Amino acid sequence: MTDSLCGNLTWDSIMLVKAWKDPNVNNLITAGAAAMIPVGALMVPLLLLWTGWWRPLFRDWLASVDHKKIGVLYIALAVVMLFRGVVEGTLMRLHHATALHGGVLSPDHFNQLFTTHGTTMIFFVAMPLITGLMNVVIPLQLGARDVAYPRLNQIGFWLTASGGFLITISLLIGQFATGGWSAYPAYTGSIFSPGVGVDYWLLSVGLSGIGSTLSGVNFAVTLYKLRAPGMTFMRMPLFLWTSLCVSILLVLIMPPLTVACITLGLDRYLGFHFYTNDLGGNLMNFINLFWMFGHPEVYILALPAYGVMSEVASTFSAKRLYGYPSIVVATMCIAVLSFLVWLHHFFTMGQSALVNAVFGIATLIIAIPTGMKVYDWLATLWRGRIRFTTPMIYLCGFLVLFVIGGLTGIILANPTIDFQVHNSLFLVAHFHNVIIPGVVFGMLAGLHYWFPKVFGFRLLESWGRTTAWLWIVGFSVTFFPLYVAGLMGMRRRAVDYADPAIQPYMIVAAIGSLILCLAFLALLGTILRSILLRKQLAVPLGDPWDARTLEWATPCPPPEYNFAVLPEVTARDAFWEAKENGTAYAPVEKYEDIHLPPPTYYGLWIGAFASVLGFAVVWHIGWLSLLGLLGSIAVPIAYALLPYREIILPAAEVQKQDEAWRCAARETDGVTRDEEAHATNRGLAKPDELEIEFAAAER
Amino acid sequence: MNSPPKLHPGLNLGPAHGDDHEAAENSIFGFWVFMMSDLVTFGMFFALYATALHATAGGPGPKDLFDLSSVAWQTGFLLVSSLTSGLALLHVKTHHHRSGAAIGPMLFWLLATVALGGLFLWREIGDFQAMAAQGALPTRSNWLSSLWALVGLHGLHVSIGMLWALVIALGVLLRGVDQRWKLTLLRWGVFWHFLDIVWIAIFSFVYLGGLR
Ligand code: HEM
Ligand SMILES: [Cu+2]
Repeated sequence: MTDSLCGNLTWDSIMLVKAWKDPNVNNLITAGAAAMIPVGALMVPLLLLWTGWWRPLFRDWLASVDHKKIGVLYIALAVVMLFRGVVEGTLMRLHHATALHGGVLSPDHFNQLFTTHGTTMIFFVAMPLITGLMNVVIPLQLGARDVAYPRLNQIGFWLTASGGFLITISLLIGQFATGGWSAYPAYTGSIFSPGVGVDYWLLSVGLSGIGSTLSGVNFAVTLYKLRAPGMTFMRMPLFLWTSLCVSILLVLIMPPLTVACITLGLDRYLGFHFYTNDLGGNLMNFINLFWMFGHPEVYILALPAYGVMSEVASTFSAKRLYGYPSIVVATMCIAVLSFLVWLHHFFTMGQSALVNAVFGIATLIIAIPTGMKVYDWLATLWRGRIRFTTPMIYLCGFLVLFVIGGLTGIILANPTIDFQVHNSLFLVAHFHNVIIPGVVFGMLAGLHYWFPKVFGFRLLESWGRTTAWLWIVGFSVTFFPLYVAGLMGMRRRAVDYADPAIQPYMIVAAIGSLILCLAFLALLGTILRSILLRKQLAVPLGDPWDARTLEWATPCPPPEYNFAVLPEVTARDAFWEAKENGTAYAPVEKYEDIHLPPPTYYGLWIGAFASVLGFAVVWHIGWLSLLGLLGSIAVPIAYALLPYREIILPAAEVQKQDEAWRCAARETDGVTRDEEAHATNRGLAKPDELEIEFAAAER
Repeated sequence: MNSPPKLHPGLNLGPAHGDDHEAAENSIFGFWVFMMSDLVTFGMFFALYATALHATAGGPGPKDLFDLSSVAWQTGFLLVSSLTSGLALLHVKTHHHRSGAAIGPMLFWLLATVALGGLFLWREIGDFQAMAAQGALPTRSNWLSSLWALVGLHGLHVSIGMLWALVIALGVLLRGVDQRWKLTLLRWGVFWHFLDIVWIAIFSFVYLGGLR
């Protein structure tokens, strides 16, 4: 029976207590990881109090509605969660290296690992990375002062963060689901998974899903309505096109996921029969709903990466993007086609051969626009003024490895082949092969590329390049052996295997996963080292890469309002054109007052109540659920009734800040591309002879 | 510069409202986008319902449970409430472009809408109680689960719309019909009409279709 004060929560739910009473290997590993939560929960506030950083943290970051800061918060969340994801992936790989007929981890523990790993990586690493990057970049590239709804943006972040809180706390209190990131019933129904695990999955995925829907709405409106004067659709930088497609996808495909979560929740909590084995329940409905979300989701993750790669390719070869209209059309085609292929995730589940063939062909067709883009990127590099900076190394890794991943996807799109390798490690190799070289490389390239824009200083090239190579090598060593192991018959989600011939591949993969851990550490190292050297790396004048689009027409970091006067756009690469005409830093005639949304804790309150609600529902604590629910309703009402006053920045103040930057830019002698990675790069670019020659040849 | 006229789908305040009208475009457009997302949500519940039509698992089916006269009353209440919500908005449009306009009529129509929504919910809950009394609970079959979830989701939306209208009434009393509340009213109007459209679909597809 559930206790009314604490619901199903008991002392034994706490991992540390469980490990104390029953100290076996599995419990100790989990408890070790779980112990980091209370330690962190104690250390971080102490550190903040001791350094006095809590005040700026709250005032300048948590209360801020500035899209750049919210973007940074998203990315910070993603990096923290990436730590957990990488550790779990490595743990599984190390386990498999010794798992011939057994191994260290218990089946239940292994099941939890791949479930949390998959869920974390998709919903709390990849999603916050793309949302964070879009947040930072969209308004700047668009020539706008912020997103359309700054407060909604904050709420979206905190909903995602409360989902992240739930999946994190599940490590310490209770346990997570064991049904994989896709959580198929009937296994995840209350009969086969009675504990709290699936409930944690439902609530963390559900809450962050609502956050993503709101972000999608926000970005879509921003892109439709807040374009700078003259920024027609066909003048938008490619990253904005991919963002537009992603926003549309988010608006339309998050609902199936939300519905899947709600209905499975109704089954589990109230005894409904959507997906049960008895009384007419139909578990195929869940699988369809999940993949109606799940397939477009992979394009939500991949498209922004394509966008970043397009910007990177053209900036670091100092050339216009080759075949811009064709990439735009290809992006749109991919977005539309992504709705029509979801069934390829379950070819084996009993449809007719005809249905399978239709979905197989639809899937194959996606290869055409994607292939087109690859050629466009290659052609952009052709005879460009190429610099092998960190983002370019990621681009090269992407071009080679992502294409291989795409090709194995084409293999899987054929239903007859899929029947052989479905649910084998071949599939695991395939999707990591598109996700890591595609999404992760894309996001890391974007991180390097736009980092100076947000923080005012570059990331160290030496460390950055090493990191990029570690990711490339680590990925290849970890995942290529899995293709072979899959073809040899090794199942995915299997705790052990019986064929000794597989073991060598597992050992190689384990070594690879250690290289990936190094890559993650090197990423942190790059950031930390660069923070220490930030004076040397500063690029205050705003344009360290001799770039082409509007975000570089601002200082680094840009003021809260981004643009002192909204730019007038007359060409596709607006900033490049301004530089060619010599008007990039020209004095501005007239400044106007700027209205800014006031800082607020709206999002934080919503996040807090949503977290309470989620936690209480997981543990069936009635009164606390009610409190969380009422709070979540009361906060918007309270903020609606409170007065709302915009901050007005007087024109004179704007003029002072803006003129200081423009004067400095006019008086500084820029650097050529040879010195891009040197301390002399202050963010002002000077065209060099090669660049001019190539540009002339391009015309 | 010659900018295109500001317009958005649905009832526009019109140029007489000056800045308020200008500001409406982005706000209302975004809300429509959000409603499209909500529409997909309902679409998914409709799809679940459609696949459950024969999954009564030996339990009661539409012919045993549906009471068309009650559903007709509900439809009536909701359709009239759409009219009253429209009248509230029209009053804002035609009177509140200048300050000092009386808010009484607007409040009256707003609260009338809430009252009609309440009547709708009262009949709907009555239906659910009647079903429960016959053992037709959502735990009985897949079909009943889908029915309760779909109709219940609509009922939840109606409740949210009513709560929202009450908050607007309070806000207007506290702060007057300023730009913020005008835009809120416009969004609420879109929401309320949306509920009506979804109900028409439920009425035709679930109830009329079920008794066919
Ligand atoms: C960083 C290095 C990574 C390693 C070592 C790693 C390793 C693994 C392993 C061992 C599995 C379980 C395979 C099995 O079922 O037998 C797995 C599953 C999975 N991984 Fe990764 N992974 C990594 C990165 C990523 C990234 C970046 C993502 C996505 C953003 C990702 C998403 C997934 C998903 C969705 C699953 C499926 C989980 C399930 O079966 O439900 N992984 N990974
Ligand atoms: Cu797919």
